[in-house]
Amino acid sequence: MDAQTIRQKIIDIIADIAVDEDLSNLDDNIKLRDQLDLDSMDFLDVVMELKKRYKIEVPTEDYPKLATLKSCIEYLGPKLP
Amino acid sequence: MSNNRNIRVVITGVGLTAPNANNLKEFRDALLTQKSGITQMEVRYMGKVAVGNCNFDETLYQKKKMRRRGTRAGSISIYCAHEALKDSGLCLDSLVNDRTGIYLGITEHGNVETENEIYELYQNNLDVSLWSHHHNPRTVANTPAGEVSLNMGITGPAYTIGAACAAGNIGIIHGMQMLQLHEVDLALAGGVSESTGTFGIFAGFKSQGALGSHDDPTCASRPLDINRNGIVVSEGGAIFVLERLEDALERGAKIYGEIAGYHINSDAVDFVLPDTQRQVQCMNAAMAKAKITANDVGIVNLHATGTTSGDINECEAINLIFGQSENTYINCTKGFIGHAMGAAGALELAGNLPSFTDNKIHSCKHIENVDPKCSMKNLVNGDPVEKDVNFILSNSFGMLGINSVLIIKKYIK
Repeated sequence: MDAQTIRQKIIDIIADIAVDEDLSNLDDNIKLRDQLDLDSMDFLDVVMELKKRYKIEVPTEDYPKLATLKSCIEYLGPKLP
Repeated sequence: MSNNRNIRVVITGVGLTAPNANNLKEFRDALLTQKSGITQMEVRYMGKVAVGNCNFDETLYQKKKMRRRGTRAGSISIYCAHEALKDSGLCLDSLVNDRTGIYLGITEHGNVETENEIYELYQNNLDVSLWSHHHNPRTVANTPAGEVSLNMGITGPAYTIGAACAAGNIGIIHGMQMLQLHEVDLALAGGVSESTGTFGIFAGFKSQGALGSHDDPTCASRPLDINRNGIVVSEGGAIFVLERLEDALERGAKIYGEIAGYHINSDAVDFVLPDTQRQVQCMNAAMAKAKITANDVGIVNLHATGTTSGDINECEAINLIFGQSENTYINCTKGFIGHAMGAAGALELAGNLPSFTDNKIHSCKHIENVDPKCSMKNLVNGDPVEKDVNFILSNSFGMLGINSVLIIKKYIK
């Protein structure tokens, strides 16, 4: 799966959670929480959706790897079906 | 305590959403022109049922994200609280946040969210690791009031009062008491319900033989009609701004009416069946607190849900108290909006409050054939009655035998 497809899958999840936000100009290198109004509950929603949609388990110690879109793509790329 | 009881509390703002209206003016117009808000809806596992759903703009005062995170009851409460505050002439910035209280009556809370979560669980092959972390904050009993607190930044007491279908009145009574005790300086008080989101309430009434139905959904809720067949479940909310009279006068507030009397008691006889004598006691005690007699009451708004025993027992109670009262007119609201559960008492009071200024008494939704056992003098059935009204008495009764009566007095400077 190419990086762009992975990126879009992640953005699709965020779009369902951060429903008031404009996601069209996200910077892949800046922390998502610094660009969007996301809190810890939203973050748990993202983890839950990864599990529901793609059966990906993200252990607590790996949460920092979901900080930016770039790190999400690197971390989730090999796990996505 | 006796001194506190003499502190006068008035209604200075009204915010509401009902199946047929999204503010007081729309609601009053709907009640005066016989406009029903009952439609049909597909309910999971049950098929089509008659229902009273509201149609307000959820995003007017709430971000979509918070709506997604919260509950329908919270969303209804937030809408009503903002509308009430706006109607009172106050704004959020003018509130002393830790001196403002939020007191909301609920019939139940958490059924909707729990049912949905269990439904999802079954869609996910009972994988409990997918159970939402939102479940607990959505289902704690204070959620509807807590969501208002979060949304408005109100840091005073915010909680719900569980009192079955007597709850709308009791939210108002409790708000008044907290003002009298000087626990708060302003109360957002009333009742809310999201019950149309849960199949269990529909199914429960159906199993009990008490779910209202009709080919024409606008005729499904028929309190006092010999052909009634039960309750139409509705959602909705009504929240009032309550203030001590002296505070309201000091800021030159518009005053809808004064809470003149109230009473709450319990039947202690049955889980669901009502008790005429306790209802009589409750109304008499409320009138005693208001220092009035039956003939002073201009309007009695019935609880009348459209169940046989509920309607007949209440009408017996009314005839025992008001049977000789020439000045008292009787109406009910649920024919138009169904049974809005925890919101019912508050909504039904709101629908009658304008009588103090427009000098009209709204009718019941036209009853084709009044049950002879529900026959009452001065039952308003058809056109509104033109009459000067000084006191409104509103009944709300609930399961487990809880009765609540609220009396509002016209405010005269």
